[in-house]
Amino acid sequence: MKKMLIVAASLLILAAFFGVMAMTFSFGSPKMTDMDDYFLRHGQEQTGTNNQCTSVTFDFRGFDTLGESTVLFCAIIGVALMFRKMQAGDEHENE
Amino acid sequence: MRMSRIVRTAADILYPTILIFGLYIIAHGHLTPGGGFQGGAVIATAGALVIVAYSYAEVREWLSGKVLMGQEVIGLVGFIGVALIAFAFGQVFFFNYLNASGSLFGIPVPYGINAGELNTGGFVPLMNFAVGIEVWGGLTLVLIYMLSGLEKEVC
Amino acid sequence: MLWNLPLITVVVLTLIGLVTVLLKKNIIKILLGINILESAVNLFLVSLGYREGGVAPIFTLAPSELMVLPTPQALVLTSIVIGVATSALVLSFAMVLKKKYGTVDINEIRRLHG
Repeated sequence: MKKMLIVAASLLILAAFFGVMAMTFSFGSPKMTDMDDYFLRHGQEQTGTNNQCTSVTFDFRGFDTLGESTVLFCAIIGVALMFRKMQAGDEHENE
Repeated sequence: MRMSRIVRTAADILYPTILIFGLYIIAHGHLTPGGGFQGGAVIATAGALVIVAYSYAEVREWLSGKVLMGQEVIGLVGFIGVALIAFAFGQVFFFNYLNASGSLFGIPVPYGINAGELNTGGFVPLMNFAVGIEVWGGLTLVLIYMLSGLEKEVC
Repeated sequence: MLWNLPLITVVVLTLIGLVTVLLKKNIIKILLGINILESAVNLFLVSLGYREGGVAPIFTLAPSELMVLPTPQALVLTSIVIGVATSALVLSFAMVLKKKYGTVDINEIRRLHG
């Protein structure tokens, strides 16, 4: 019973803190838009695409996409390794 | 276990349709919302459909793990290769060497709202294809390996 | 109060994710709580780039020229894919743990010594 009171009290304090921060946030008018205004104005002549999200992902910020592909690749190699070890572990225990 | 004949026939008809729709999302990544990652995830759901309709043991025979792993490797190496070719033009890594040139995807695009043309985009469609093939192979591989760890025969 | 609805959703999802990670005993529920926290962070990043009355930043047959910012959308794309990769890896760890210890209760997994 005492643990539930402590949990509820700390949740209320956190909710109040985050709630005040969420209410006083200026949603719908971002403050610094210089970089994105440059991307929207010069994206079509410098990358040749109509889709500006793809031009930011693959051309203006291509290094982040390279890192992300590598992380995906390594995680899938890890999953494959885990299941090969699991099947080999079964064969060792049955011997 | 195998599903009934109606479900298997519907899966037979839907599998190439999902494949074509996913490849359309990958190929038009520079004109409409979409791109490599989204199209690859759509194609991976086609594998899930076939595993549900036919039983897992049957699908495991014709959808081998080595081909999917090779597909994933080709995707990542292709992505890095397309970016490395920029060194041959005397520029930096990831320079867009096909933009507004005369060759493969090279028609220049002026500023403004237009109807979109497939031949534009520089090397962005090539990178979309590489990433799409990598995500397709990777997510189907994860699906197959995680289902192989089940103890009882559920699907 | 309702004009900030995406940000209120972010607060609610963060609190649900925190409670799930800290108070549950099943290891799979803890890993799903990590996934909920990642969804909250992605929603917050996307809602930072909103311009009032803007459309999607695509020039093919766009209705107007006032567009939202494209950079947070590119960052969130990367973040979602990394979240998928992380979830796949840790859920496969959970499957191997269940096979070795026979239970998914984290108190039991801590006390047995293989």
